[in-house]
Amino acid sequence: MTAHRQVYLDNNATTMCAPEVVSAMEPYWNGRYGNPSSMHSFGGDVRREVDQARGEIAALLGAQPSEIVFTSGGSESDNLAIRGTVEALGGQKRHIITTRVEHPAVRGLCHHLQKQGYRLTELPVDSEGTLDLDLLAQAITPDTAIVSIMWANNETGVVFPMEEIARICKSRRVVLHTDAVQAAGKIPIDVSRLPVDLLSISGHKLHGPKGIGALYVRKGTKLVPLIIGGHQEGGKRAGTENVTGIVGLGQACSLARKYLTEEFGYVRGLRDRLQQGIVSGCEGVRINGKNRLPNTLNVSFEYVEGEAILLLLDELGISASSGSACASGSLEPSHVMRAMGVPFTAAHGSIRFSLSRYNTGEEIDYVVQHLPKIIDRLREISPFVGGREWHGTPLPGHSH
Amino acid sequence: MWDYTKKVKEHFLNPRNVGYIPEPDGLGEVGSLACGDALRLMFKLDQQGRIEDAKFQTFGCGSAIASSSALTEIIKGMTLEEAEKVTNQQIAEYLGGLPEQKMHCSVMGREALEAAIENYRTGQTGAKKLEGRVTCICFGVTEKDIERAIQENHLTTVEEVTNYTKAGGGCGGCHGEIEEIISRVTGQPPTAEPIKEKPKKRLTNIQKIQMITETIEREVRPALRKDGGDIELIDVDGDTVIVALRGNCAQCRVANFTLRDVVQAKLREFVHEDLVVVEEQA
Repeated sequence: MTAHRQVYLDNNATTMCAPEVVSAMEPYWNGRYGNPSSMHSFGGDVRREVDQARGEIAALLGAQPSEIVFTSGGSESDNLAIRGTVEALGGQKRHIITTRVEHPAVRGLCHHLQKQGYRLTELPVDSEGTLDLDLLAQAITPDTAIVSIMWANNETGVVFPMEEIARICKSRRVVLHTDAVQAAGKIPIDVSRLPVDLLSISGHKLHGPKGIGALYVRKGTKLVPLIIGGHQEGGKRAGTENVTGIVGLGQACSLARKYLTEEFGYVRGLRDRLQQGIVSGCEGVRINGKNRLPNTLNVSFEYVEGEAILLLLDELGISASSGSACASGSLEPSHVMRAMGVPFTAAHGSIRFSLSRYNTGEEIDYVVQHLPKIIDRLREISPFVGGREWHGTPLPGHSH
Repeated sequence: MWDYTKKVKEHFLNPRNVGYIPEPDGLGEVGSLACGDALRLMFKLDQQGRIEDAKFQTFGCGSAIASSSALTEIIKGMTLEEAEKVTNQQIAEYLGGLPEQKMHCSVMGREALEAAIENYRTGQTGAKKLEGRVTCICFGVTEKDIERAIQENHLTTVEEVTNYTKAGGGCGGCHGEIEEIISRVTGQPPTAEPIKEKPKKRLTNIQKIQMITETIEREVRPALRKDGGDIELIDVDGDTVIVALRGNCAQCRVANFTLRDVVQAKLREFVHEDLVVVEEQA
């Protein structure tokens, strides 16, 4: 790395652990290390801290503390919700509904269950990343075991209309799970007013530690545990509690609640400033997704490739991510870009900037100042800029 | 983050010989926007028939740009007979190695060089020709391309073939065929885990038709629509699925590829491995 500074704009991948979170966790490594299940007060005191943290998570979500199950993170929460539900139905219902743009934790699991014989409906999105809710209503059958639809998309930040989704599922009496890993802490969530049954969150996406997450399980929802062999978490998740992580997650949720309006105002302001700066500074730009989280900007630069952009940004100390094929190690652009039908001219050049409350206006200006030069530089190398005819490889699969 | 060598990074950050030669003696173009990388290579010969100047334009990732830069440096000063012998390995070695999953960048360089030499000799467009059977429809990779990559780089698994040629990196429908090519070329069965035989499902006709309809709706139609085409399910007769292609696909010269490699592969993946797709006879 040649850069002297670090501008971190990849907060949908992971976030900095807030300093308040780090200090809250500190005493639990070698001071207050008791087991919450122990009979002695050394452990019992820790039990109270775990319960307090549970209360903080419940407060952020509008839930009851007893409805919160701690897990190892977002992926485990998603797995527990979906597998736990279909297993609780004992194979009586064998249809799962999800979307084409889910996080791999949900998508991969649903494909796995499909291979085991479950019928899977993956709802499409349009070019702006939005769902057609009529298709959801049509897809639900008496055989539908669960609907799993993310609250907000990690790549584009597109927010799905959870209120209407919940209303449809409720009226058809089908269990609804939502992966709210990207939404929690960025937009208000209140399950006391919204009939979702299961909701996943992750610590490290909201300035908490990695390796801790939670699943909200509405009272009365039947769930078979993934990890068996202990009474912890009301029998829904065995294993001695990750106390340090739980305390950290509790503190992170408490901060998230406090800063929620700030995320809406301050972070959105920075994001919009970045977006305007890029749109006015570069040609051939396409903003991917409509109705987005306040912190996310997914933008495609035509005729340049995303990984090359990331590498040049990295030289300047700017961290972002890309839905391009090359950056991910696969050969096709991300499933989200493909599901949205982003044209190939733009899909390979998509860059995601995701902000947090720790970013500053000065950092945004730094990016806006340098990005156009990077794009120009790569377009100068590109054979598709300059108006010369391209012969290249004929592509039978793409029928041109 | 990719583990690029210093030399790859250096050639990416300061690529040599970027540009356009207005009247080149040889011009080669491989790849496309859809594939995610593309390279235009041009050269000029001096009076002794040596490559006096070489320039490139590349759309692609860091290692694609670095490989193009390395290629131009390697071939400058060579006769065409010498340049012809340049392998993708040489390009990768020049850069101190490439990550395995990025070896296709070096193969793209070698292919562009061949296309440019061919263009000099025959005057043809300089586009890489698809000769013989196309194995990977997603990335337009022929059986010959795959055979050659296996021989030159001693590849033994499908994953390696994908890393070097991109073949098999899309829908995955050609993995079986790639395994066969590996066995044929190396005389050995592929060393990768054998693809597990999926237990054959027994489907009722109603289940089968429902699953076919859903798979077409979900996996096939969106891709065809992107290209202005469409597909209609006409009938299902035992394991034979009869479809009609509409719109652009109906006139497409490669409609057979679309049918065999896309539609049939998807239906075999998601419905049943014995299905055969045929087009409705007008």
